[in-house]
Amino acid sequence: MDSNSLISKTATELSGELEAGNCKAVEIAQAYLEQIDRVDGKVHAFLHRDDDDFLAQAKDSDERREKGETLGPLDGIPVCLKDVISVEGQPLTAASKILQDYVSPYDATVTRKLKAAGAVIGGRLNLDEFAMGSSTENSAYGPTRNPWDLERVPGGSSGGSSAAVAAREAPLTLGSDTGGSIRQPASLCGVVGMKPTYGMVSRYGLAAFASSLDQIGPFSQTVEDTALLLETISGHDPLDSTSYPTEVPSYSEVLKQKHEPCTLGLPKEFFGEGMDDEVRTAVEKAIEFYKGKGYEIVDLSLPTTDLSIPVYYVIATAEASSNLARYDGIRYTSRSERAENAVDVYAKSRGEGFGEEVKRRCILGAYGLSSGYYDAYYLRAQKTRTLIRQDFERAFEKVDAILTPTSPTPAFKFGAKSEDPISMYLSDVYTISTNLAGLPGLSVPCGFTQSGLPIGLQLIGKAFNETTLLSIAHDFDRELQFGRQAPNLED
Amino acid sequence: MSEEPSMDIDYVSNLARIELTQEEKDKFQGQLGDVLKYFEKLQDLDVEGVEPTAHAFPRFNVWDEDVSKEGFSSEKALKNAPKSRNEQIVVPKVVE
Repeated sequence: MDSNSLISKTATELSGELEAGNCKAVEIAQAYLEQIDRVDGKVHAFLHRDDDDFLAQAKDSDERREKGETLGPLDGIPVCLKDVISVEGQPLTAASKILQDYVSPYDATVTRKLKAAGAVIGGRLNLDEFAMGSSTENSAYGPTRNPWDLERVPGGSSGGSSAAVAAREAPLTLGSDTGGSIRQPASLCGVVGMKPTYGMVSRYGLAAFASSLDQIGPFSQTVEDTALLLETISGHDPLDSTSYPTEVPSYSEVLKQKHEPCTLGLPKEFFGEGMDDEVRTAVEKAIEFYKGKGYEIVDLSLPTTDLSIPVYYVIATAEASSNLARYDGIRYTSRSERAENAVDVYAKSRGEGFGEEVKRRCILGAYGLSSGYYDAYYLRAQKTRTLIRQDFERAFEKVDAILTPTSPTPAFKFGAKSEDPISMYLSDVYTISTNLAGLPGLSVPCGFTQSGLPIGLQLIGKAFNETTLLSIAHDFDRELQFGRQAPNLED
Repeated sequence: MSEEPSMDIDYVSNLARIELTQEEKDKFQGQLGDVLKYFEKLQDLDVEGVEPTAHAFPRFNVWDEDVSKEGFSSEKALKNAPKSRNEQIVVPKVVE
């Protein structure tokens, strides 16, 4: 099978080819390495590659298959990880200078599960430094470019993960989502991206940004592939005390069964001003699609929506200022040459090692937690978070899922928002409240603008009910398959 | 909180243990002032009597079996340290 045909396939299709004996895992790995060689100079999704290790894993997979010891449907399928997820013996920079020499001494739980499933773990994917940003412009190692238009951002913070799938440099990738960092880049790059319910996927081995909001989740061309990857990485983990003890059904099996049309809610606050006209048109078409399938569509209200951004930025920066205290120049980060005493080691190493946005957020977080401001900012934000959560609880008494656009606009140009933090923060307006409420959400491609930029549809589901959410998304994706379209990256 | 919100950038950057250049201080002063002004929205809402949410699905008293498990070797744990000697991390003098 030629390499162009291999890289255009979904993970589920590749799995079928391997099973049928039509190709080898090593051929798949080589096809992706060739594609990375061909296009990553333009896209810059990867921060690090270890081709020998990648091919060795693929060879191991082929050997297992020959002996009839295949570990499951992901055996031999490449999966690349955002550079905040630990893989033993591989670098983890979090796109920060402060971790430029760091090598992970252990596997994240998701990594361990992927290895146990026989997945072939590939290179390290670019992001906004410490997952702080919505454009991947905050990477200390240069931005990733949107494969659909190299003048535009891929979204962020998991911009490397979304761009790699869009550019067919990997069939599956993992990212992390704290306020939209999986769904927004998935939307801007025209691929599927999902944030599971908080607690479904272990955070052990994920470089923490805001621990009460962070979740790891998949990117792929189709909802079917997302289901396959999600069932592999989900489940309770004693190494993460916030991981939730709940059953993980086989989502990919569930998608094979017939799904009865249910009720979708449209929150009026998400359809107001600030939404691009072409985004609105594409989302309205998706609503019509669901109506045509027999779904009931109802209007609803989430009155606290406009407070979700300030609540998020108070809470996330507070948690970040505490979490990032570990990067202190003492134990495992680079240390300033100018440091003369203990406080110097901290302040100078962090001053030199962190980029602008990380500094801004740590300082903002420290301010919100500081004496005299705690009640007015942090505590008040936590109380408002309760009201946001209750808004969703009320909505889910009436509907099975909530349908919104993922991002108010398609991909924007480099530099368009990078000097104005608030306008950058507003690009997450539709995704942020999902994290505050802990709910699962996914972005599925739902069309293109006239100029060929992808548009994403967001579906938000009930807590711990990934099954219904994936089934609803699959009803749309199975027929329309916008994520299977690939950008033209030839010269 | 009726007056215009502002931040003493020297004081807070010291709390955060981040050294800033003068250029960064000037830039952040304006940007963070704008962000704080944006945060003022939070003050409009009545949250009297509302319980705070720290986690969406909190779990309490998560215990582990009280058994010893294998951890990192000191060699492995120290591998990423910027300076180490005799299985310990070397730091500038802390006590006079």
